[in-house]
Amino acid sequence: MTTPSDVTPTQWQSALTAFRNAVGAQWVFSSDEDAGLYRDAYSPYWNEPEERMPSAAVAPASVEEVQAVVRIANQFGIPLYPISTGKNLGYGGSAPTMSGSVVVDLKRMNKIIEVNDKRNYAIVEPGVSYFDLYDYIKERKLKVWIDVPDPGWGGVMGNALDRGVGHTWYLYRDHFWSHCGMEVVLPNGEVMRTGMGAMPGSNAWGDFRSNFGPYVDGLFSQAGFGIVTKMGFHLMPEPEHFLHKKIYPPRREDIIPLVDVANELEDQGMIGMALYESPMFSAQFQDPALRAIGLAPDVWNGNAINRYAAEKGVAPWELGVSFYGPEAVNEAKWQYAKSRFQKAIPGVRFEDYESLRFPLTAEQEDAVKHKVLVGVPNMNVFTLSARNRTNPEPADGHLLFSPTFARSGEELLRAQRIFTEGMRDMKVDYPMAYGPFSAPFTWNFRAFVLATGMPTSRSNPEVNKLSRETMEKLITLGAQHGYGEYRTPPAFQDQVMSTYNFNNNILRTFCETLKDAVDPRGIIAPGRGGFWPRTYRKGA
Amino acid sequence: MKKMLLLGAACLLSIGAGAAHSSKRTANAVERGHALFEYHCASCHGPGIGNPGHPWRTGTEALQVKYRGELPALLAERKDLTPETVAYFVRNGVSIMAPYRKTEISDADLAALGAYLSRNNPDFAKK
Ligand SMILES: Cc1cc2nc3c(=O)[nH]c(=O)nc-3n(C[C@H](O)[C@H](O)[C@H](O)COP(=O)(O)OP(=O)(O)OC[C@H]3O[C@@H](n4cnc5c(N)ncnc54)[C@H](O)[C@@H]3O)c2cc1C
Ligand code: HEC
Repeated sequence: MTTPSDVTPTQWQSALTAFRNAVGAQWVFSSDEDAGLYRDAYSPYWNEPEERMPSAAVAPASVEEVQAVVRIANQFGIPLYPISTGKNLGYGGSAPTMSGSVVVDLKRMNKIIEVNDKRNYAIVEPGVSYFDLYDYIKERKLKVWIDVPDPGWGGVMGNALDRGVGHTWYLYRDHFWSHCGMEVVLPNGEVMRTGMGAMPGSNAWGDFRSNFGPYVDGLFSQAGFGIVTKMGFHLMPEPEHFLHKKIYPPRREDIIPLVDVANELEDQGMIGMALYESPMFSAQFQDPALRAIGLAPDVWNGNAINRYAAEKGVAPWELGVSFYGPEAVNEAKWQYAKSRFQKAIPGVRFEDYESLRFPLTAEQEDAVKHKVLVGVPNMNVFTLSARNRTNPEPADGHLLFSPTFARSGEELLRAQRIFTEGMRDMKVDYPMAYGPFSAPFTWNFRAFVLATGMPTSRSNPEVNKLSRETMEKLITLGAQHGYGEYRTPPAFQDQVMSTYNFNNNILRTFCETLKDAVDPRGIIAPGRGGFWPRTYRKGA
Repeated sequence: MKKMLLLGAACLLSIGAGAAHSSKRTANAVERGHALFEYHCASCHGPGIGNPGHPWRTGTEALQVKYRGELPALLAERKDLTPETVAYFVRNGVSIMAPYRKTEISDADLAALGAYLSRNNPDFAKK
């Protein structure tokens, strides 16, 4: 494997010995075979020189062991890269931002410290997966829910630290935003707590996010300012009932009032995550006529889509709205929501989709249609990208592109056209390529993400090359229009950071200034977040 | 989870009783392997419903399409798996299934998973 660039072979061996003494020999992985398990299985550079390679991995079992690892790394100038559950597939997997880094694998620190269903929070260690926390709550019959991303094998902490997202109420589904206080091992090996955890006598770690003075928690997400070892999270009390309804507007331009009403309902706390889809997306692969409409250069005026919708009864958009609470209240809220959509969108149709009373039996739970909408961790999202009837030769993985912009129908229509025409100019076509039927995600509340995935391969470098080039061009194209990635894999973090370049990249310069002060040897996750410590900064 | 494990242990007892080859040691490994399978793999390879429009979970559906019914789509029903095959796929991954690190599945756990998934393999049973 690649060893850290500025370390001699002798120093490297001494460092490995020191790591072994700190965490136990069986928890230092330095053979090619073992360290190779930390490669990113979805890497867009698989087996190429630019692939981000770990040099080794160490797996501490306690905060004290993490501190020891950080001190050893400081002593030898060895870059570390912390991961929690290490399942960040699509955004970098378990591989470091900088090749040669030693991965600090926190999977063994997997204690659920507390789940409180009176004040509705949890405090966890890094290795706790969504499945683990869910099982813990179920086994104890606690009356709280978790909010989960699509794949349940990731972890509560790692997902939040990459500012990952889920699918219920706005308060819970932005996972970093829903966190409450943290414990961090700083680059010098000292332990710090934030929020009420900073006050030794407080019992409100899981309740109140803020300490006195600057709110520094943000520094530990998408950045290398420390290794987080505990985090609190706000949880939602289990509601009595879940109601999900579908709304179908008849015309393409109806997306504008549709979004306006959904925004109003959500920002008042009336509905959970607005789930946008387009029934025409899958329909275009069944009907060549619709496919042709979607590919026509004049599709953007909406006429052909509207005609097709009227003739075939296929709506150009679908909005799913979720209600959580007492059944009668959900029903009343739905009646109100319905009247608002009816008034705003002539000819709008509604459909019953799901109505669930909690708790569910195991069979009922398995039959839930969109499990993530009710906080049930699962792996079903992969049925879309794995081998299936309509996709007999799937890609090995995906690179995720997640441009974020204002939550309005007008902006969505603009973004769709920009990215669709952009991809056509690049002459690339993927199953998930942009088109007039691409729907936005509202995982990040108050913003739209028009996400797409580009294929990666562990056998065909040409596939990866095309995906990388497309990704780079899409990042540039998006930035030209003010669309920025909320998150991106290591290979693109420098580029994405350079698009947030107001006032001559002052955001990046500020991060570098902090980095040099807090982590003078550049030990923790150099390059993570698109800024570098002085040691590795080009031209510094 | 606990309920699932108990249930698992119950059906394993009946399987174990019928299998003349299994020494106590293997039976323990098979039992542990079953629990590990439920924990790590069943979310994709178990029975049960997939995403809307998909009647099966991810791995089950993929193997159904791959083998077109010539082999059972459920990994736990296969008779051709060996511990070596299982280890190969777990450590190398395949398609969208990423490899597992040793902090997730240790070599001892992997051996138990292999024992469980090859418990119905007549060739392996003879060894
Ligand atoms: C098909 C598919 C669907 C997906 N759907 C979603 C989705 O719905 N929502 C979503 O958010 N993501 C989604 N993802 C992306 C990703 O798989 C998940 O976000 C996953 O949860 C991230 O991995 P993890 O939780 O194991 O975090 P980790 O891999 O453990 O951590 C992620 C990163 O955070 C940093 N980090 C982790 N732990 C620490 C620490 N203790 N201290 C400091 N820094 C740390 C590291 O830089 C690390 O690389 C999807 C991916 C795929 C392939
Ligand atoms: C994310 C879902 C997922 C998880 C979790 C998962 N797998 Fe898989 N697995 C798959 C898919 C999809 C395939 C089929 C790949 C293909 O299309 O060839 C597969 C294939 C396999 C195969 C190869 C079977 C064959 O004959 O081709 C084995 C063996 C296997 N998995 C074992 C496991 C084990 C053991 C675990 C748990 C430790 C596990 N998998 C967890 C999705 C998953």
